[in-house]
Amino acid sequence: MTVKNIISKALLIFLLFTLICGVIYTALITGLAQLIFPYQANGSIIEVNGKVYGSELLGQQFTSDKYMWGRIMNIDISTYKDKEGDPVMYAIPSNISPASNEYEQLVAKRVEKIKASNPEMGDTPIPVDLVTCSGSGLDPHISPAAAEYQVKRLARANDISEDEVREIIRKCTTGKFLGIFGAETVNVLKVNLMLEGIL
Amino acid sequence: MEAVLEYALYLAILVILAVPLGIYIKKLMKGEHTFLSPLLNPCERAVYKLLRIDSEKEMSVKQYIISLLIFSVFGFVFLFLLQLLQGILPFNPQGLSGVKWDLAFNTTASFITNTNWQAYTGESTLSYLTQSLGLTVQNFLSSATGIAVLFALIRGFTRVKTDTVGNFWTDITRILVHLLIPLNIIISLILVGGGVIQNISPAKALPLLEPIAVSADGEIIENAVIDVEANTVTLNGSKIEGAQIVTEQFVPMGPCASQVAPKQSGTNGGGFMGVNSAHPLENPNPFTNIVEMISILLIPAALCFTFGSAIKNKKQGIAIFMAMFICLGIALSVIAVNEQIGTPQLSQSGNVDISSEMQSGGNMEGKETRFGITASSTWAAFTTAASNGSVNAMHDSLTPISGMVTMLLMQLGEVIFGGVGCGLYGMLAFAILTVFIAGLMVGRTPEFLGKKIEPFEMKWAVIVSLATPVAILIGSGIAVMLPEITDSISNSGAHGFSQVLYAFSSCGGNNGSAFAGFNANTVFLNITLGLIMLFARFIPIIGILKIAGSMANKKRIATTAGTLSTTNAMFVFLLIFIVLLVGALSFFPALALGPIAEFLETMV
Repeated sequence: MTVKNIISKALLIFLLFTLICGVIYTALITGLAQLIFPYQANGSIIEVNGKVYGSELLGQQFTSDKYMWGRIMNIDISTYKDKEGDPVMYAIPSNISPASNEYEQLVAKRVEKIKASNPEMGDTPIPVDLVTCSGSGLDPHISPAAAEYQVKRLARANDISEDEVREIIRKCTTGKFLGIFGAETVNVLKVNLMLEGIL
Repeated sequence: MEAVLEYALYLAILVILAVPLGIYIKKLMKGEHTFLSPLLNPCERAVYKLLRIDSEKEMSVKQYIISLLIFSVFGFVFLFLLQLLQGILPFNPQGLSGVKWDLAFNTTASFITNTNWQAYTGESTLSYLTQSLGLTVQNFLSSATGIAVLFALIRGFTRVKTDTVGNFWTDITRILVHLLIPLNIIISLILVGGGVIQNISPAKALPLLEPIAVSADGEIIENAVIDVEANTVTLNGSKIEGAQIVTEQFVPMGPCASQVAPKQSGTNGGGFMGVNSAHPLENPNPFTNIVEMISILLIPAALCFTFGSAIKNKKQGIAIFMAMFICLGIALSVIAVNEQIGTPQLSQSGNVDISSEMQSGGNMEGKETRFGITASSTWAAFTTAASNGSVNAMHDSLTPISGMVTMLLMQLGEVIFGGVGCGLYGMLAFAILTVFIAGLMVGRTPEFLGKKIEPFEMKWAVIVSLATPVAILIGSGIAVMLPEITDSISNSGAHGFSQVLYAFSSCGGNNGSAFAGFNANTVFLNITLGLIMLFARFIPIIGILKIAGSMANKKRIATTAGTLSTTNAMFVFLLIFIVLLVGALSFFPALALGPIAEFLETMV
């Protein structure tokens, strides 16, 4: 087995497995995915009567009182553009240490803002999801506690009863996987689409 | 209590799947019959026939090393060129330009060394062609290479008086055909079913329900009144000139699931998306999370049982497994407790509710709601114990002590399960050190698995065990002396130093995770970290193969009453002790300046 022989074998085996793992494997998975799971494989995009309302998996920013608020978003409007060249919204994680003074001041500001928008809740502690930025920056969910905190405000701003708000939240809540793994979540975009009467 | 059960179940699922997989891998290593043979043997033979490989022909250690290195060189050249040229190649719907040379070098080094450190953001930097033909391929090949080296080492222990350690081409063909390709087809299909994207459409811009107002200098305007029709933004009654209204959201697309499956199962870790498995389109729910998370440790844990079964000493495999498992369990507990407690800066004297009532509670900064504290902490421990490096929560936002544990797991040399193949062969180098030190204490010639340990093996075992600490400490030492490093740091004080230390630990341990606020995409860091990854990968590989060759050459010595048992609890304890001694003591001064200092600051 000479070095020359090794070089030619190495090249051939590299090219063959590049073809198999890079082309054939990727094409096979893409084909099967499009065939069996087209909704999931294409981004779980919510479409009602031919109109598209975003992906149920990507968080949007809500600041109006009539909408349920999600996780704190660290918005990026400079990286991506649409076909017309207009800026498109994306979000990134904060990557800030939760043990820093800077962070303490940041959270204090968020607490103040949320309290001002939810006067009904008085001094009730704010569920942690509402004052923290998520891992992706694009978390589409909040905890049931964070949803419940906003019920009174949503009822007032949308002029519906608290029970109606709770019923919408219940419809948009997903339990833990098999009742034990992960966490229970409320999908913020879906709640807001229901509040708007779209979903 | 429920959380404890959840943690226990994650570990239990791992062990239950790892044992049978370990036995399966032993069979494929030896070319024995398995339940998949009727389907896969013809594929394997087709590869040999097509490439005219004599699968039975054995290689000497020298030939094995040369084959492995040349194979990796081809991988390097191909991936490097692919990135530089992606701008003029197809499957690039976003029209992304070629990657800059230093970033391309770093990314190439990162993926051929099974590190998958990411100085780039996938969705804005790499075309679908680069992702699938470049990164996905290396996700398969670099992990197959790691397992092949382990196979050679196992042969070294089991063979007597021979000059050969197997055939590299046969080994990687079998690993790919019988293990990695079928396993990843299954995992990727499960992931797509769970909601991970898999397509070749261009990224989308979809309408936002509530538009966002942005001032002329790019700042978000809060509490603004937005009139999309008239295109005006007013704040407190006055119109803001030059304000822009953003009405759409960026939705990345692409062949994600097929890249994520081998990324998880081959301890690669390089995400399709910049934020890795925290991204909802890469890891949408607790179900996909379990699949991805168990995949991290599945093969590394299984290989312990492969090892025991292949050397016909199951107890030895279990002993090594237990040493790793105990360390993992301790690390996981520390992370879980610290994340659940959170920090005083977050709880704001009780103004923020961090209890577990109707929520995960705890330190949710940098964590996704759907994973909560439990699935995020488990992932953090798994990914840094294994040299995987994928994340489902941002490690930069872990509490100081959790951040330290994740760093330490990498600094120990990635031997707490570690990378596929490389974790176990690294741990076996530590086992050799352990029997040597234990042998010195009782005044006996050290031996391991019936083979005498002599200066040659000791020399290489020391090089293998010290490659990681040396690379990390020298690298981060040089880095913090350079003034421009401050431009890369995004947090101040001790946490800023931790960001540098984490980056070098991650690359030196071939892990790939990051304190992601750290901007690693500079020429200096791309080159230095790239070189460190190559050093920490290939020096140990050469060392291990040298040991394998030397072991295969030795005769077996009989076990006597005086032989030090390497399968009992005492040995497990000694092994853990040596790993901690080498790893933790090397890094204590550095950790004291970073996470420990930061932790103490929060106390005052």
